[in-house]
Amino acid sequence: MRLSTHLASILALSAAFPAPAETPARLQDAFALEAKRENPAFTAFSAERGRAFFTATHGREWSCSTCHTGNPGAAGRHASTGKAITPLSPSANPERFTSAAKVEKWFRRNCNDVAGRACTAQEKGDVLAWLLATR
Amino acid sequence: MIALRNTLRLAALYAIAAATTAHALSAQAGDHAYRVDNPGYRQECGSCHVAYPPQLLSAASWRAVMGGLDKHFGTDASLEPAARDGILAFLEKNSGRRDTKANGKPLLRITETKWFAREHRKEIAAGTATRPDVKSIANCGACHRQAEKFDYAESSLQVPGGRSR
Repeated sequence: MRLSTHLASILALSAAFPAPAETPARLQDAFALEAKRENPAFTAFSAERGRAFFTATHGREWSCSTCHTGNPGAAGRHASTGKAITPLSPSANPERFTSAAKVEKWFRRNCNDVAGRACTAQEKGDVLAWLLATR
Repeated sequence: MIALRNTLRLAALYAIAAATTAHALSAQAGDHAYRVDNPGYRQECGSCHVAYPPQLLSAASWRAVMGGLDKHFGTDASLEPAARDGILAFLEKNSGRRDTKANGKPLLRITETKWFAREHRKEIAAGTATRPDVKSIANCGACHRQAEKFDYAESSLQVPGGRSR
């Protein structure tokens, strides 16, 4: 077995069994691996694509920004209950993107609410790139 | 002998006091403070809305709510099966004794129960629940300022725009 094959399986394993405490950068790496699997032509995430995805509607009533606002550093408000939502940007709210399970849970639910489907790894990575780029 | 009798009397008084306190803590709908000691429930259900006191719906209602989390009042609130089952067990155990059914079906909304109507309808002016700062009749904390702490006492009640009586 070549070294690269070993590395690939280690990376795949670490994506499948994430450590309890994650960092946004490591989650971003896992999204990149998945994006490459989904689309071999994938090269890199784009903060600008992430911003566009986040602020646009996708065939349904809500966009991500309906609840989270268009500013990742600002607190949001749940569109139907009015409950406060803490900022998404890790620089404004260090708790964000530190649990792989939490991140998967919220992308699963919210992509379904906003787009009526699961988000692709590229969409998730683009959004995260934008959140990381904003202060 | 007298000392022993007094001790027994005191013990009996303590027992009565303890029983009364225990009764007060095992809150049912209509009480002002609820005990909600389940971190999973508080965290998972409390992230989008106030973690409603489990005592306000029957076990059958909670089973119906938790069986349809993927379509939860217009949003996907789905949970991993293990988390969902753990929370449901807690809700069933602490559910209210009142039957919360309508037309033979378990109600999903606390706000549609007879108890809720009796407690609220006369007190809330038309339009209060749709104010932008309230948004919904299900937003307990808009008026019950200590709802996050499961405290619904009159002393912390502040209705935006004032009470209608």
